[in-house]
Amino acid sequence: MVVLPTKPPRLRAGYRRVRPGQIAIHASLLLLSFLFLFPLVLLVSASLSSETDISRYGFTLVPRRVTFDAYQYVLQEPSQILTAYAVTITVTAIGTAAGVLVMALLAYPLSRPDFSWRRPLSFVVFFTLLFSGGLVPLYILVTHYLQINNTLWALILPYLVMPWYVFLLRAYFAGLPRELIDAAKVDGAGEWRIFFQIVVPLSRPALATIALFCALTYWNDWYLALLFINNPALVPLQYLLYQISTNIQTLQTSSQAFGVTIPALSAQMAIAVLAIGPITLAFLAVQKHFVSGITLGGVKGD
Amino acid sequence: MNIPSLLGAKRSPVVSAIVLQRERWRLANANTKRDVALLMMMLPGLLVLFVFAYLPMFGIIIAFKDYRAYQGVLGSQWVGLKNFQYLFGTDDARRIVVNTLAMNALFIVSVLVVALAIALLLKEVQGSSRWLSKFYQSTLFFPYLFSYVIINYFVFALLNTSNGFVNHTLEAVGVHPVNWYQSAQSWPVILTLVTVWKNAGFWSIVYLAGIIAINPEYYEAATIDGASRWRQMWRITLPLLKPLIVINLLLSIGRIFYADFGLFYQVTRNAPELYPTTDVIDTYVYRTLTTIGDVGMASAAGTFQAVVGFFLVLLSNWLVRRTEPQSAIF
Repeated sequence: MVVLPTKPPRLRAGYRRVRPGQIAIHASLLLLSFLFLFPLVLLVSASLSSETDISRYGFTLVPRRVTFDAYQYVLQEPSQILTAYAVTITVTAIGTAAGVLVMALLAYPLSRPDFSWRRPLSFVVFFTLLFSGGLVPLYILVTHYLQINNTLWALILPYLVMPWYVFLLRAYFAGLPRELIDAAKVDGAGEWRIFFQIVVPLSRPALATIALFCALTYWNDWYLALLFINNPALVPLQYLLYQISTNIQTLQTSSQAFGVTIPALSAQMAIAVLAIGPITLAFLAVQKHFVSGITLGGVKGD
Repeated sequence: MNIPSLLGAKRSPVVSAIVLQRERWRLANANTKRDVALLMMMLPGLLVLFVFAYLPMFGIIIAFKDYRAYQGVLGSQWVGLKNFQYLFGTDDARRIVVNTLAMNALFIVSVLVVALAIALLLKEVQGSSRWLSKFYQSTLFFPYLFSYVIINYFVFALLNTSNGFVNHTLEAVGVHPVNWYQSAQSWPVILTLVTVWKNAGFWSIVYLAGIIAINPEYYEAATIDGASRWRQMWRITLPLLKPLIVINLLLSIGRIFYADFGLFYQVTRNAPELYPTTDVIDTYVYRTLTTIGDVGMASAAGTFQAVVGFFLVLLSNWLVRRTEPQSAIF
């Protein structure tokens, strides 16, 4: 099913005339787009409102009076947030780089028709898509046997190999011209050299797409931290946000030391905005790849 | 690679046999070398899968044991089906199974309908403004990027009892505000809206890609024959999209026994008042394991989910294979 991103066929001229119905369609799509952005606007507006305005008028689409108090408050003692950012960035960078490498190395031999173990090993990877032991065995394995809870490993390793992406990569590799690989072999190149010097450079678009989705997974993850992390120094950004929403005291205890009033709600929203900022910017920069990545995954490979 | 043809014709049979043997050997050797090199490449990935996917699979034996941490998984006593008897002796079992199936069914249908509608609308404006059509796609896809932790903040801004946007709006029009985080009956609708908001954009792009792949000549011919846009949608677009729709539906049905943990745990703020409608298998397993600390019950529920889920995946694939053989996953 893997249909690689194809350009939409150019529509013929007669197709382009604006029909009256189209205006209605544009109107409904605009309305829908606004509805989809609405919660985001609400959040940003709350982060720019004063605490008194929120308690008096509630969350509003536009702040009554714009104030940066919440951001100032959040950033005056930024160590917790900075630590969380550092953890998230580290996990995302290592996880994405290692994940793409390991998955590509796993997928490439499976794409080679002359590899003797291709079928049984494809099944080994595939079976993990069908059946999983679930949370309890994983939890006991990580905390009791591997004892990697409260380390960065627990935030990286469980997501390192995602079988679905392995099959997407396998399908992509299988589509590369065989002659190049055969020619390199005749020239005496080893399998590793062929992989790194021929296969990888030719597969850059597919690898970039997979990297993008891996990075999104790691950046957004709070689940592994919920399960495996108690050490405040290893709390990633999303998990910090979760802790803040369940326990406003995380903020209050740190602020009582300064004897200031706590802009609780607006501060929470400000932290949320700080957390989604980078991902929003990244999305705007590479949205084309996201869209082509979906069509890559949306239809199934052989 | 016809080995006998490599040999000289006039050699004695014995010599031929030896040469043949050597040639086979050399080839087999090269093949082994290739296989070993390729196997080495796969090693790190296979190791990760072994540890984080296969070891937990064997861990389902915990469900049949009285697990004690100090005895370990293998050392704990076997108790047969006792954990399952306890689990199905409670009201919880029925509740979490019904909630999981009902909520997922709601989500599957709603996301499908909304995503298809968006894709069809996007198709109609494709030709008229490339810029706007990109804007719609990006905006509608945007919520897919957010984690459920962030989505919890969005929902809280809308629904919190004293300052939430919804309650303020209700008050403004003279309706009594609702204590949303305590009214369980509203949450099937709320969570469906959240799921649609998060996922419809993603799926509409998948369906739009399917629509774009339809040969434009069908539409040209239909236009010449005087078919309206509406008729073209029903007679060309939807029938040709049917295989994709059916496959996606069947694949989601294969996953119907697995709930989206983040949605049910984060967005509801894990409020116990909401459990009657929002407690699903995944949240139950998590809570039973970490809060209550009942490993037996948790693993019984988890194993039940894994086994039923497995058969549902097999069933859905069998159905896909029957309707659309090329699209079956296996």
